Amino acid sequence: MDTIAEIPKEEYILKCTSACAGCSDSLALRYVLKAAGADTVLVVPACCTSVIQGIYPNTAFKIPVYNIAFGAAAACASGMSNAFRAAGKKTNVIVYAGDGGTLDIGIQAMSGAFERGTDFLYICYDNEAYGNTGMQRSSGTPLGARTTTTPAGKTDAKKDIDAIIAAHDPPYMATAAAAYPQDLFKKVQKALTFRGPSFIHLLAPCPPGWRYSTEKTVEMGKLAVKTGMWVLYEREYGKVTIGAQSKAAMKKPLPLEEYLAPQGRFKGIDAKTVDILKQRIAKNFAKLAAEEAAP
Amino acid sequence: MKKIATGNKAVAEAVKEVRPDVIAAYPITPQTEVVEQIAEFVTSGEMKSRYIAVESEHSAMAACIGASITGARTFTATSSHGLLYMHEMTNWAAGARLPIVMANINRSLGPGWNIWAEHTDALQERDTGWLQVYVSTVQEAYDATLMAFRIAEHNDVLLPVMVNLDGFLLSHIMQPLETVEPGDFIPPLHLPHAIDVKNPAGYGGLTGPDQQFKFRWDIERSMRDSVKVIEETENAFAKRFGRKYGFTDDYRCDDADVIVVAMGTLGKEAEVAIDLLRTEGIKAGSMRLRWLRPFPKLHLKGKQVVVIDRDYSFGRGGILATEIMAQTKEEVFSVIAGIGGQEVTYEDVADFVRKRKMGTEFWFGVNSHV
Repeated sequence: MDTIAEIPKEEYILKCTSACAGCSDSLALRYVLKAAGADTVLVVPACCTSVIQGIYPNTAFKIPVYNIAFGAAAACASGMSNAFRAAGKKTNVIVYAGDGGTLDIGIQAMSGAFERGTDFLYICYDNEAYGNTGMQRSSGTPLGARTTTTPAGKTDAKKDIDAIIAAHDPPYMATAAAAYPQDLFKKVQKALTFRGPSFIHLLAPCPPGWRYSTEKTVEMGKLAVKTGMWVLYEREYGKVTIGAQSKAAMKKPLPLEEYLAPQGRFKGIDAKTVDILKQRIAKNFAKLAAEEAAP
Repeated sequence: MKKIATGNKAVAEAVKEVRPDVIAAYPITPQTEVVEQIAEFVTSGEMKSRYIAVESEHSAMAACIGASITGARTFTATSSHGLLYMHEMTNWAAGARLPIVMANINRSLGPGWNIWAEHTDALQERDTGWLQVYVSTVQEAYDATLMAFRIAEHNDVLLPVMVNLDGFLLSHIMQPLETVEPGDFIPPLHLPHAIDVKNPAGYGGLTGPDQQFKFRWDIERSMRDSVKVIEETENAFAKRFGRKYGFTDDYRCDDADVIVVAMGTLGKEAEVAIDLLRTEGIKAGSMRLRWLRPFPKLHLKGKQVVVIDRDYSFGRGGILATEIMAQTKEEVFSVIAGIGGQEVTYEDVADFVRKRKMGTEFWFGVNSHV
């Protein structure tokens, strides 16, 4: 699967969603559903995806979507998966939740569902703030980023949700980015082959929230990977494999400033904070490289 | 089959007979015995259900919702803070029209930590769209749990049902229990709006001001329709299994001048007080309210009404008293008694009646005028 041409033509996200221009949530979800196919139920907590479906009685999504309260997605999916399996159905249960619904308010339910070995796929699409409510900081907001509740830039680091998920030792987890749809497609297909919980952490750049112009959504995702702010990798039964794009970035990363400069949220970031971000990138690269090298 | 059981065990026995597809539960005193017993039934294979040992009550209700929307039969049990913790999801369950059945073991709320009987937990769920029944004996706990499934799953209802048992006073009390084989008394569940991947639909998405009220009205319409479903179910149960229930359990009410209204075990205790008062020439009767939602039409015309609340709404009054005052013009003597497991005997209840001051409120153990 190396070309777009091999991805199924079937569309599950129809035209006329109410997503913002340049939205990478809907862009990514389009490929997620192409990979998952029609025998799939999406469980969606409060997030941008609850809005972009459209307004009752209409929906732009061509698969069943169960909308649920903010902190409840993983628990709801846990009940759903158990009920389907009890009825002998193999229907995919996929949580599609934002960073607020995953790293913050939904973390307890998610931890519980992973610990119980729930047969589901949890995808966190991460736009690094509460986008739906107008860009307040979440624990997924990176250090230095301005949001409406961190007007001078966030003073705390981004929460390492991947390390938290890894501590639950799921059979499969991966990172992905909306800017790399083939990679995302393959990872979703793979995740759904595992019995038990799997996790995909998906970087989803957000033009109004990150304050860059809409046509740069794909470029922004690629810059995140090329500078090392986002690393593409898989963790299968504990074994880490770093993606080719991130391997290249580890050898020769683009200067971080190329990623920060086009984004209004990083406007006025001081040199010291940029330096801390660079140190974190280097530390993260080293950590993942060591994990990959481990027998 | 005849046995001896606690209120908690009776609930578990009823759930075993109905065999939900999915049970999701989190332990809390004094509910624990319900979920422990069900876990044992599932582990031993007596019950072919999936048991999800969730990490919180919020997740217990969320998991029941996720399971129920696939068309599965679901059950959970909780108490007190557990019920309050799932409050967001109890609203969701009713709004999503899911026939989830839950046993709530009524218990006080913190602070301080008090594990004893009180109704304020369930009454804080009064406006969520759940049907609520309050029971007073082990047998009634069993029968009401069984019937709750048939009522909740009826196509004219499709709302969740909460069965309430007083913490310790009923949950942990041993009484005789006759179990039944429900057979087709509990028909298979056919949820009309169950998820169908071949006919995909969106559930609970954005709903505008031109639509939301229609869904709320639809809940109320079903709540009103549930009255006849409850009657029909309780009549069918009586015919088949020989035990008759109603919206209220009336004791010596017909010729009474004064009627004691209470819920749960206190409502049963009141019957002993009535017998005592009758020997003193006081024409008293007892009306134990079973169904709080839907709230029934009470026949209190021309009677003095003594309402005992094991609960309170601060700044307003006893919740049951307030409900009754909203329905009848008759004068009410509102007694607040039994909060946090405060001991209330039949002699105390008789005293409330003897020393009643109509139109006033009395806190047992605090005020001195009675």
